[in-house]
Amino acid sequence: MREVHISQITETIKKLCMDANYYLGEDIKNKFYEFKEKETSKLGKEILDILINNSEIAEKEQMPMCQDTGMAVVFMEIGQDVHIVGGNLEDAINEGVRQGYIEGYLRKSVVKDPLDRVNTKDNTPAIIHYNIVPGDKIKITVAPKGFGSENMSKLKMLKPADGVEGVKKFVLETVKEAGPNPCPPIVVGIGIGGTFEKAAFLAKKALLRSIDEENKNPYYAKLEKEILEEINRLGIGPQGFGGLTTCLGVNIEVYATHIAGLPVAVNINCHATRHKEAII
Amino acid sequence: MQKKITTPLTNECIESLKAGDSVLLTGYIYTARDAAHKRLVELIERGEDLPFCVEGQIIYYVGPTPAKEGMPIGSAGPTTSYRMDPYTPALLDKGLKGMIGKGKRSIEVVESMKKNRAVYFAAIGGAAALTAKCVKESELVAYEDLGAEAIRRLYVEDLPLIVVIDAEGNNYYEIGQQEYKNSIE
Repeated sequence: MREVHISQITETIKKLCMDANYYLGEDIKNKFYEFKEKETSKLGKEILDILINNSEIAEKEQMPMCQDTGMAVVFMEIGQDVHIVGGNLEDAINEGVRQGYIEGYLRKSVVKDPLDRVNTKDNTPAIIHYNIVPGDKIKITVAPKGFGSENMSKLKMLKPADGVEGVKKFVLETVKEAGPNPCPPIVVGIGIGGTFEKAAFLAKKALLRSIDEENKNPYYAKLEKEILEEINRLGIGPQGFGGLTTCLGVNIEVYATHIAGLPVAVNINCHATRHKEAII
Repeated sequence: MQKKITTPLTNECIESLKAGDSVLLTGYIYTARDAAHKRLVELIERGEDLPFCVEGQIIYYVGPTPAKEGMPIGSAGPTTSYRMDPYTPALLDKGLKGMIGKGKRSIEVVESMKKNRAVYFAAIGGAAALTAKCVKESELVAYEDLGAEAIRRLYVEDLPLIVVIDAEGNNYYEIGQQEYKNSIE
């Protein structure tokens, strides 16, 4: 068994929290330039320039791209041949989030109780997803989630008869209703299948994939492209002021489901689509 | 053409602003978001004084990141405005003349804006590092216990904004999207 000390996990998560908030992904930057060429709205083009400029300032000055530095969503892929030593893993993860958000001058946006609403003042606890995989490595992904876009996300239990057209209709309705609220241009993660909670998880997981990379299944790769095009025909545009660039990328993840069901979850991200990963 | 405007907003300035205008704002503005709005409206309902005079002022819906040493503020972009909708008409009735945020507003807010002659501006959502550059001073006004949600008085210089809803109730989200759709047909 390979041993990994929890201090290494804490350190890694601390750094990922900061990096995810300071550095815009290369895939997003590339799409910005691509869409800037195609955008016909003058104001839309200006907004894309402003967002590129913003990411350059954030990177140079090591400051967050957005003031909503999110709730930390942490994905832990733990190799089954790893033995974690030195203490409690969950505490180590939260300690990394605490240190990252305090030392990185990130905003503390978490309240301890959803109804009582007292701020925990260190952005903990994180949302943690564990997955046990073969091997002796640990892959950690930190995806800070802002709620301007999270609040616009939706889940629906469709009927099998609704089929692919039903899925498309629901995604387009969700994006249309969100309109200017999630700071378009957006990135859309779609989870299809599984159960109620699995669909939501898949939609979140879809947002971790680079928007340059399509679904491995050609059917879903084509569907990603079609939905992207249809969203960009809605005319919402950058910040909702009208234009082509409503959505930079659509990622779909799917899973087996029940004979009676067709769960679909739509998780919306703003352009920042923050996620950074490391392997220990 | 970007129009330069200053706070407090005069009636003349408000009437001259039209949905779709790009403006650069200079002057003092106040920050408040969900939790602070709740407290402000509770004070109004109890007939008590507010921690600052809202008459002629602008509220910016923002919860900034902590300031680094020597800086007045951290990243400071707008938060989504609709969450403040239940509280907004009460503040407009008290003389609030402008709001800065992003996203849609309720019918009740728009009606109250028309009645009270107020303007809703959008800052660029997600451009928070850039926006921070326009903030020259930041001073705590009330509710320090709310952390990022405390009320602060900011001095901003040439803060770039877009008039989304003017005092006549014209909505640039609707107008801009329609103009784009017409342009591609």
